[in-house]
Amino acid sequence: MNVFKKSGEAYIFATALGMVITLVMVFTIVILILVKGLGFFWPADVVAFKMKIGEHYFGEVYDEKTAFLTDSDGQTIEQHQIQLKIGNRDIYGRDFIWIAENQVDKKYIPENVAVFERMEYGNFYGMIREVGSGEEVVRGQNSALIKALEAGHDKALELQEKIESTEVEIAKLNEPLNRLLREISLLEHSKTGRTEEGRGKLEAMRVRAEELSGKNRVENEKLNEYLQKLYRQNGKLYVAVEAADGRIKNIRLADVVRFYQPNQMNTFEKSGYYAAKLWEFVTGKPRESNTEGGVFPAIYGTVLMVILMSIIVVPLGVISAIYLNEYAKQGTIVRLIRLSVNNLAGVPSIVFGIFGLGFFIYMVGGSIDQIFFSSKLPEPTFGTGGIFWASLTLALLTVPVVVVATEEGILAVPQANRQGALALGATKWQTIRDIVLPNAMPGILTGLILAVSRGAGEVAPLMITGVVKLAPSLPLDLNFPFLHLDRKFMHLGFHIYDVGFQSPNVEAAKPMVYMTALLLIMIVMVLNLIAIYLRNRLRRKFKTSTF
Amino acid sequence: METLLFNKHTNETSEIENVSPVDELKDEQISVETKDLNFYYGPEAQALFLVNLRIPKKRVTAFIGPSGCGKSTLLRCFNRMNDLIPGTFIEGKVYVEGEDIYHEEMRLEVLRKKVGMVFQKSNPFPKTIFENVAYGPRIHGLKDRAQLEAIVESTLRKSALWDEVKDRLNTNALDLSGGQQQRLCIARALAVDPEILLMDEPASALDPRSTARIEDLIAELRHEYTIVIVTHNMQQASRVSDYTAFMYEGNLIEFDRTRQIFTRPSEQQTEDYITGRFG
Ligand SMILES: Nc1ncnc2c1ncn2[C@@H]1O[C@H](COP(=O)(O)OP(=O)(O)OP(=O)(O)O)[C@@H](O)[C@H]1O
Ligand SMILES: [Mg+2]
Repeated sequence: MNVFKKSGEAYIFATALGMVITLVMVFTIVILILVKGLGFFWPADVVAFKMKIGEHYFGEVYDEKTAFLTDSDGQTIEQHQIQLKIGNRDIYGRDFIWIAENQVDKKYIPENVAVFERMEYGNFYGMIREVGSGEEVVRGQNSALIKALEAGHDKALELQEKIESTEVEIAKLNEPLNRLLREISLLEHSKTGRTEEGRGKLEAMRVRAEELSGKNRVENEKLNEYLQKLYRQNGKLYVAVEAADGRIKNIRLADVVRFYQPNQMNTFEKSGYYAAKLWEFVTGKPRESNTEGGVFPAIYGTVLMVILMSIIVVPLGVISAIYLNEYAKQGTIVRLIRLSVNNLAGVPSIVFGIFGLGFFIYMVGGSIDQIFFSSKLPEPTFGTGGIFWASLTLALLTVPVVVVATEEGILAVPQANRQGALALGATKWQTIRDIVLPNAMPGILTGLILAVSRGAGEVAPLMITGVVKLAPSLPLDLNFPFLHLDRKFMHLGFHIYDVGFQSPNVEAAKPMVYMTALLLIMIVMVLNLIAIYLRNRLRRKFKTSTF
Repeated sequence: METLLFNKHTNETSEIENVSPVDELKDEQISVETKDLNFYYGPEAQALFLVNLRIPKKRVTAFIGPSGCGKSTLLRCFNRMNDLIPGTFIEGKVYVEGEDIYHEEMRLEVLRKKVGMVFQKSNPFPKTIFENVAYGPRIHGLKDRAQLEAIVESTLRKSALWDEVKDRLNTNALDLSGGQQQRLCIARALAVDPEILLMDEPASALDPRSTARIEDLIAELRHEYTIVIVTHNMQQASRVSDYTAFMYEGNLIEFDRTRQIFTRPSEQQTEDYITGRFG
C-alpha cells in the first residue's frame, strides 16, 4: 500500500480516469450528433398503417416507445407506440402522430407511394392519381405518371425562373419612383415639410413622381401582362395526389421541390437522393421558417463573422500584449490591467452583447448615421445591428485570450535573440517587429485558435448585435461595395436556437438542429485546423536554437 | 604557458615592475577609455570600482579574472548593453573614439553600430543564414539587394564561414553547428562595419577545433578592428591578445602588454591567478 501511494499510482489512475471521462463525453456528444444528424437525409421507406378503427396512414417510422397507461380498472398496462411522420400538414393539421401498435390492423409497404417535398406545408405522402403537364392531363400507369411529372416539374421550374426574373425587372423599373415616393413621405412627416420652402419642394417632387409613373406605365403593363401569362401557364402544371384516407390534393408543380418514390428506390438511388439533400443543406437557402432547405446563408455568415472577428481581434490583442509587456512600466498599474484583462474573459457573453448594443450600435453607430448617412434617417444604417458590430463585439469578448496567449508567446522569445538584435543597433521597435513578433507568432496563433473556438460558438451576444433568423441578402456579395458591414446576417449557432426552440414545428426541425450543430462543429474544427497548421509551420520555422 | 611562468619566476626584477602601462600605450591610439568608472546593479550592488582603462585601437585586448569579477559587466559598459537591466547605473565616464557614450544625447543605435558584440552563447536569429547577416545593414537603412549580397559574402568570408555555407544561404541558421553558429554571429556583428568588437567568452561553449577556428579568426581580424575579448582560458588570452587586463572583485588590478602580464606581472594577485593559485 505504501509503495502504491509513494509511486503515485493512485494519482496516475485518477488523472487517467479524468481523461477517460472527458473523452467519453466528447465522443458521446459527437456520435449523438452524427447519428441523429446524418440519418436525417436518408429516404426512409414509407409504410402504410391500416388501423382497427378504420383510419389509414402513410408515413415514415420516426421513433418507438413503450408507454404505461392506466385502464378503466386502474390497472397499468404496457403499450408499444410508434411515431409516424405522416406529413400532409395542410390536410391533417400536424406532421407527426403516435399510434398504438395493438391498434394496427394491417401494416404494409405500398409500392407506388410518392413523397412530395413542397416549398410550404412540408412533405406530402400519397398515391399519384393525375398529372397536369400543360396541354394534357395524364392518368393511369405509374411509369407514365412519373414521366409526365418529371417533364411537368422541369417546365414548372423553368417558368418559376422566368417569373422571378420578370419580377426583378419590374422592381428595377419602378425603383426610382419608389425611392422618390419614400422621400416624399419622409418629407411630408418632417418639420421642413411644413415650411414654405418645403412645400414647394414637395410639389416639385410630386410632379416628378407623376411624370415617372406616366413614363413607366406602358412598360409596366406589358411586363405585368407577361407575368400573368406565366402564372396562368404555371397554374396548369399540377399533380393530384391521393392521401391514405382517400382525400385528393392538387399540388402545383411549382411548389414541389422534389418528389420520389422511396419504396421503389434501391440503395444506389437512395444514396443519390441523400447526396442531393446534403448538397441542398449545405448550399441552399432555408425554407419553411428554416426547418427545411439549406443553411448556406448561416454558414456564410458564421465564417465571415469569424474572419472579421479575427481580423479585428488579432491586431488588438497583439498590440495590447506588446504594450503591456514591452513598453508599459511594470508595476501595480500593469498588474491591475493584466488582472482586468483576465477577468474580462470571465464576463458572461450576454454582457458583452449588451455593451455592443449600447456602445457600438447606439452610440458609435448612431453617430456614424448622423454624420455620414443623415439623408437616410430615421432609417438606421449603422445604428442597428450588423455583421460589423457583431464581429467587433465578439472581438472584444475574445481579446483577453489573444492578449494572454500573445504575452506568453512574447515571454517565450529567448532573451538572447533580443540582445542579438539590440547589440546590432536595432531600436526597440525594430527588435519587436523583426525578432519578438515573428518568434511569438505561434503564441499569437494559439490565441487566435482559442478566440475562433470561442467566437464561432457564441450566440447570446450576437442575438442583440446583428444576427437574424432570416437575412434577405448575404453580407458579402457581388454588389458594390461587396462587403456590406452594416448588413444583418445569419449564424449557425443562432440557427440552432431558432430552429430548435422557436420554430412552430419543433418535431420536424429536430434533425435539422443536429445537422446544423454538426456543421457548426465542423466549421470550428476546420478553422482551428487551419490555424494549427499555420502554427506548426511557424514553429518549425522559428524553432529555437538547440545548441 | 608553463615556460612563460617559469621565466617569470626566475627573471623577477623591480625595474620591469616600474614600467607603467601608460607608457606602454604611448605609441597606440586609444579606442575605448574609462575614467573612474563605477557600475551598480542597484544602489547596494556595486559591481565595478573606479575602473580606469584605456583600450588601444586595432589591437586585441583580453579581460581575465576569476568568475564574477566583473569582466562581462565592464564589457557591456562599452556598448551600454547593461542599460537593458533595470535599476543599473554608472558613475564616471566611458569614451569610445573620444565620445562620451553615457552622454544623454548619445544614440544607442549609433553606438552599437560602432561597437559590435558577440555573446558567449551563439544566438543566431531563427531566420536564414543570409537574413542573419543582412539584418544589421538592413536596420541601418540598406535596402539594395546587390549591396546586401556583397556584404553578406564579404563578412562571411571574413568570419571564415563562406565556403561552408555559400550553397545554403537560404537555409535556417539554426541548422548550423555550434561553432558555425558562433562564426555566423561574428559575421553578423561585422556586417554593420563596427570599429570595435566585444566578445564575451566567444569560444567557451565550443569544442577545441571550433575554438581554434575562432582564435584564428581573431588573429585575422586584429588589424581591422579593435577587439576586446573576455576569456577564462589563459592560453587563449596569451595566444590571441596584445594586451591583457586582469580584474578582481570589480577592480582593475593590472593592465599591460600580454607578454608582460604573463611573464612579469607587477601585482601579486595577477601572478597568483595566472599560476592557478586561485580563481
Ligand atoms: N543582472 C545582474 N544583476 C545583479 N547583479 C549582477 C547581474 N549580473 C552580474 N551581476 C553581479 O555582478 C558581478 C559581476 O558579474 P559579471 O557577470 O560581470 O562577472 P564575470 O566576470 O563576467 O563572471 P564570469 O566569468 O563568470 O562570466 C557578480 O558579482 C554578479 O553576481
Ligand atoms: Mg561573464
